[in-house]
Amino acid sequence: MATPAASIQTKTSSESADNFIKGLWRENPVFVALLGMCPVLAVTNSAINALAIGAASTFVMVLSSTIVSLAQKLIPKQVRIASYILIIATFVTVTEYVLQALSYEVHKALGAFIALIVVNCMILGRAEAFASRNNLRQSVLDALGMGVGFTVACLSLGTVREVLGNGTLFGFQVFGPEFEPWIVMILPPGAFFVLGMWLLLFNWVKHRKEAAE
Amino acid sequence: MTTASSMSIFLNAALINNFVLAMFLGICPFLGVSSKVDTALRMGGAVTFVMLVSSICAYGINKALIFIGAPYLQLIAYIVVIASSVQLVEMIIKKFSPALFRALGIFLPLITTNCAILGVALFQTAKQYDFVQSLSYAAGAGVGFIIALVLMAGMRERLELSSVSSVVQGAAVTLILAGILSMAFMGFAGMAS
Repeated sequence: MATPAASIQTKTSSESADNFIKGLWRENPVFVALLGMCPVLAVTNSAINALAIGAASTFVMVLSSTIVSLAQKLIPKQVRIASYILIIATFVTVTEYVLQALSYEVHKALGAFIALIVVNCMILGRAEAFASRNNLRQSVLDALGMGVGFTVACLSLGTVREVLGNGTLFGFQVFGPEFEPWIVMILPPGAFFVLGMWLLLFNWVKHRKEAAE
Repeated sequence: MTTASSMSIFLNAALINNFVLAMFLGICPFLGVSSKVDTALRMGGAVTFVMLVSSICAYGINKALIFIGAPYLQLIAYIVVIASSVQLVEMIIKKFSPALFRALGIFLPLITTNCAILGVALFQTAKQYDFVQSLSYAAGAGVGFIIALVLMAGMRERLELSSVSSVVQGAAVTLILAGILSMAFMGFAGMAS
């Protein structure tokens, strides 16, 4: 027989797990909520760029959710959005300088899209909808889950585009030398097509499941 | 300092490197408010206006930040300027044209998180445009945004009337349409000299 304390603990731990996991699939910011689409489409022309933008966004989201959650009682309701944007902008500036020091190549490839993380509606959305009204632990888990979900989505675009458009994956040759690359995949239209195809695939799976039930 | 003429900067931002279809800035309103031509036009007009105002402010701020030697404040300063110019535009429209204010509704405050506007400010700084070049860049970006939004809205109005398989409906078909539109805009690449 479970003691009351133990049952409370299992409840909170399952809640924590749920807050982390929902960002990966059920409430995936890209595939389900269609948030933060600009960087997803713009810089996923190779897998390494996709990984970098995903990691940078996750880093900003976790840190800004931490601060927003800690300061939720200090921020007046009227100026909360402006305060959140300032918190996010600070961490984006930090990220930009760190990335420049770590890898100048990746920084150059991502260009202004690192700075544009500030206006990623996914991050502001999580700060407003979750971190401002939940405790630190849950907010960090939520931000981490959403960030990992975002990174997975970026990678699923980046890998397809790099393999088809360049014949490589993370810079390594995948096909033989006679492979003719689909140039359109690394050009802007390719981003729309690949994301459209992923959404189509998910729709199709969902329809199959509903039809089976 | 680049020496490109205002006209070529304008055409470059509006057509060749269209802000929405080639640089992927402002995708959220592009997918969100492009279901009717009418709202698309109004939204485009408001965005263009905020772009011009924040472009002028960003030019001045960049000069001031370089003068006091604090370029790391650039991003924070820009976002504050954009948020306040959106607020300013909101107040001006409310005062002089209450009808337009009601028509724009929720779209006005949402312009703050439109990455195309921050994009204009960041790119004009990165390309070291002077005042006139910055203005024509902002105007070109705004016109490009309107063109993309209105074209997309026209296509989606037609889509409503045609029978689409239920598997493809919604975001999937919109994105594939956007891909075809983007492919058409690739044709302008030949105009760049």
